[in-house]
Amino acid sequence: MSGPVLEVRSVVKAFGDNVVLRGVDLSVAEHQVVALIGGSGSGKSTLLRCASLLETVDDGQVLLDGEDVTDPRIDADQVRRRMGVVFQAYNLFPHLSVLDNVTLAPTVVHGRPKAEVLEEAHTLLARIGLSDKAGEYPDRLSGGQQQRVAIVRALAVHPRVLLLDEITSALDPELVGEVLSVVREVAAQGMTIVMATHEMGFARQVADTVAFLDGGVVLESGPPQQVLGDPVEARTRQFLSRVIDAGRL
Amino acid sequence: MLPEPSALELSRRAWRRRRARRSTLVALASTLLFAVVAYLVVTSAPGWPRVQATFFSPSVAWESLPEILSGLWLNLQVLLVGGVSVLAVGLLVALTRTLRGAAFAPLRLLATGYVDLFRGIPLIIVLYLVGFGFPALGLQGMPTSPFVLGTIAIVLTYSAYVAEVFRAGIESVHPSQRAAARSLGLTHRQTMRIVVLPQALRTVTPALLNDFVALQKDVGLISVLGAIDAVRSAQILVGQSFNFTPYVVAGLLFVLLAIPSARIADAVSARARRRQQSGSLL
Repeated sequence: MSGPVLEVRSVVKAFGDNVVLRGVDLSVAEHQVVALIGGSGSGKSTLLRCASLLETVDDGQVLLDGEDVTDPRIDADQVRRRMGVVFQAYNLFPHLSVLDNVTLAPTVVHGRPKAEVLEEAHTLLARIGLSDKAGEYPDRLSGGQQQRVAIVRALAVHPRVLLLDEITSALDPELVGEVLSVVREVAAQGMTIVMATHEMGFARQVADTVAFLDGGVVLESGPPQQVLGDPVEARTRQFLSRVIDAGRL
Repeated sequence: MLPEPSALELSRRAWRRRRARRSTLVALASTLLFAVVAYLVVTSAPGWPRVQATFFSPSVAWESLPEILSGLWLNLQVLLVGGVSVLAVGLLVALTRTLRGAAFAPLRLLATGYVDLFRGIPLIIVLYLVGFGFPALGLQGMPTSPFVLGTIAIVLTYSAYVAEVFRAGIESVHPSQRAAARSLGLTHRQTMRIVVLPQALRTVTPALLNDFVALQKDVGLISVLGAIDAVRSAQILVGQSFNFTPYVVAGLLFVLLAIPSARIADAVSARARRRQQSGSLL
């Protein structure tokens, strides 16, 4: 097998005096699912925003298929085309229908034929059970439905890697399941995924690797059974016991 | 289907109806009373017969109407050409002001300076500067018609206002929308055109219509450059007859012009409110 799809090397990111990432390393192989866990403010979202070039890093490198995408000479728009991002707040375009949300990037950015894109969009929407909502506007959908559409919108560009930024954190508990089952299916089909999440149970089931972020670095990473079941670091144990106390594991 | 309303709900509805009817009656009666008192006070004033003859003479009004109307046609032309140009220039300036990156700093500075200057300077001074300053340059091909120069001055001033309206709209679109668009690989330009501007325009339409109503009456100011518009025609007629009625006629015509736009602005605002589905209580 070739090198990792996504590689983060010693990435540093600060917002003013607040240093969020102090040298993060992460390697994601093809078809691998990596779960980023950690307290709020630990830098999970920032790491994903740096990886998807929505933020510029202050030091270190991000490599996509071996190419240094943090090099200022590369075309960031070209790189973003090869990644899919799903946000905590869905961020669907409210003035476009569900179908237009999904077909926008494949047609406008990738210049693929409209008919082909439409057919694929309908297939994708059918897979998440929202065929009948293709013509609706996002504000007529529930949070869970919107987030499923957002996942499909990201998949429609055939990304090399899918970045999920706490995609269930804004959802009612009863809607979390429907979104996670879509992610589970996408993972099963071999998509490379990096997801920041608070759903420890889901991370345990789906992820190949769990990385615990603390103090701006990856403190501990490994198979979910080890990191979530028998963590080496005291900070990881402390974090997990708080999660258990909150009834989230 | 809604279930049959209960007796409680029926009595509540009856009470709301009674109260609405009473409020309307009170409002109607007090408005009428005020109108009657105002009418009596004005008409019983010692100077009223003279004011009536100099400002509200039906015969003078009727005779002045054709000339003022033909003047108003010029105002309408300025309004149409000016309105479209203001939208284009205003949008361009707004987009320039929202450009990011050091490379665009000079352009941004220019746009900001333009907005600061033309929002601050009274329209009538811009009209004088453009209307009398431009032709005085004696440049080849410089237009000398007060129609063209007046339109240029109005576009310069109004574009500065409208640019700020557009900018407010662009900035009202949440940054997460931009993040979503860029994460899909859309360029800055595509993001603006497909994602940000359509949402921004929807937000600012009521404000734009409001500025359009203001523009409708400000086109009357081109008369200071000597253009024979509705105001200037009225002025000439007043000078000939020493009767001020033509001014009142011109004023009323401008009001008639403004009413449809004002109603459209109301309707658009109401629709925007309904879209946000705010409750009936607040």
